[in-house]
Amino acid sequence: MLTVIEVDRLNFSFGRGVLTQSVLKNITISIHQGEIVLITGPSGSGKTTFLTIIGGLRQAFYGSVIVLNQQLINSNEQTKIKVRQQIGYIFQQHNLLKSLTALQNVSMTLEMHNAMTERQRLDRAAEMLEAVGLGNRLDYKPEQLSGGQRQRVSIARALVGKPKIVLADEPTASLDKQSGYEAVSILKRLAKESQTTILLVTHDYRILDVADRVVELEDGIIKNS
Amino acid sequence: MNGMAWFYFPARLAWRQLVFDRTKLIAATSGVLFACVLVFMQLGFKDSLYASAASAPVKLSGDLFLMHKQSEAIWRPVKFKRSELMRALGNPAVAGVYPLYLGLAPFKNMETQVKRTLMVYGFDPDSQIFNVEGIKNKRIEMQLKDTVLFDEYSRPEFGPIRQLLDAGRNKTEINDYKITLIGTFRLGVSFAADGNVATSDLNFMRIFPNRNHSDIDLGVIKLHPGISVTQTQIELGNQLNEFINIFTYEELLQHEMDYWANMAPIGFIFGFGTIMGLVVGLVIVYQILFTDIANLRNEFATLKAMGYEHGYFIRVVFASAFFLAVLGFIPGYALSIGLYQLAESQIFMPMPMTFSKGATVFMFILSMCALAGFLAIRKLRVANPADMF
Repeated sequence: MLTVIEVDRLNFSFGRGVLTQSVLKNITISIHQGEIVLITGPSGSGKTTFLTIIGGLRQAFYGSVIVLNQQLINSNEQTKIKVRQQIGYIFQQHNLLKSLTALQNVSMTLEMHNAMTERQRLDRAAEMLEAVGLGNRLDYKPEQLSGGQRQRVSIARALVGKPKIVLADEPTASLDKQSGYEAVSILKRLAKESQTTILLVTHDYRILDVADRVVELEDGIIKNS
Repeated sequence: MNGMAWFYFPARLAWRQLVFDRTKLIAATSGVLFACVLVFMQLGFKDSLYASAASAPVKLSGDLFLMHKQSEAIWRPVKFKRSELMRALGNPAVAGVYPLYLGLAPFKNMETQVKRTLMVYGFDPDSQIFNVEGIKNKRIEMQLKDTVLFDEYSRPEFGPIRQLLDAGRNKTEINDYKITLIGTFRLGVSFAADGNVATSDLNFMRIFPNRNHSDIDLGVIKLHPGISVTQTQIELGNQLNEFINIFTYEELLQHEMDYWANMAPIGFIFGFGTIMGLVVGLVIVYQILFTDIANLRNEFATLKAMGYEHGYFIRVVFASAFFLAVLGFIPGYALSIGLYQLAESQIFMPMPMTFSKGATVFMFILSMCALAGFLAIRKLRVANPADMF
């Protein structure tokens, strides 16, 4: 199987000098194409930091992080942007643009790819919203949608660009059990259809059963994998 | 991203974000509108000043004009000898020379008896040196003793002369000398004088008893048809005394305008007002853009995490600035047209809204907004996705 994320002895720390606080210690993990991996662990265990490094949002300096064949350790801005464009990101808060409709929000992902016409983009975005069950909410602004619906829009936004990897940071944290489980199930179904790798950070134990593999992080160290 | 998408997408996002919050949009456009109106008014007054300053010289009809080198402007002339003007007749190109006498004197309002200073123009009525209908028509009557023509465009403080004339009242005083008003003409007031009267050179000496024919303020030279004005100007320059300025018509106008623009503090005052208007607008637009970026930093960070480049956000900010400039300019332009008309009816000075003025102010407003955008993009750095999640 194809390895899409290859992390080798990654170390990361915040601060400097005597204030240095080590967050990730000697993390080594490989994740294959189509795999759904959950990262759990208590607050402050470094889950989100790990995710932001994989997503090319944070610069790490020690070890090796190869995502989609790009080395992210000591990488330049262009490399990180290139990686980001191939990754779908789902945030703890929905982080939709409040001035745009659901449809416009989803097509924001596609506006980075200039190969499509406006019509194709909107059709593709509408299809995606249909797939997450929001076909009748295309022209709603985020504030007119419920929490679960917003999160489903952001799932559509993450998946519409057909990313190779989806990174999700506590996507169910602000949702009730029902809509949280629904959102994650949709994510899993769509990801499996397109062989997308999912790396999901959560400490919501209600959704552990969607995972192919659960990785537990504590104090920056992987406990078992 | 390439081509149209390079600017279209960020501009579209900027537009959608602007129209999403109507209250903020109205506040922002009001700021630009305010700056726009302020600049329009300052420029309007300034241009009006220049135009009116030159209102008398504009109507002068002649090819070359003699002025003492020490004269700052027509309205405060340094006298020179009439013989100097006469020497110009020695040049075969010169068809005729005509002296113009100028003096500021109090004019008594016929109704209120209040005295107010106006400009008195004295010249030979046959000389036709003023290209003004009301003066040309009355050249016979002007030759009578103690007759004066009054400028209809003078400020109303001199009294409703037109109506008084129609009612048969035509006796008043200039410089405490009794005169008879025999009609009106149209010239226009300036910052130098609130009103104008025209009279013959002989009457001028009567109104100003301590003036004499041999000391003149301005010399008007008419040339034979078809003769080069600039060539004659050079020739006269060699013939006449060096303390005489020889101006062509255009140079005379420019000399007058330069006086108001540079010598008088008025040009500076309006220039300063214009800059203040732009600074106020700049601060308002900067504040709006700055708080916008601060409020939207979460959204910008999200887009960054999705793979949008930094340049995209810079274009969003500049597009916002551009839209604010346009949205503020349009009502500002319309409002200024109205205010110009109001001002014209109040201060009796021409304030035309020209295309070039509109274009100039639009460029000012556009650069103001661009500068505000330039200052505000520094704030984009706070939208760092790694710090947000």
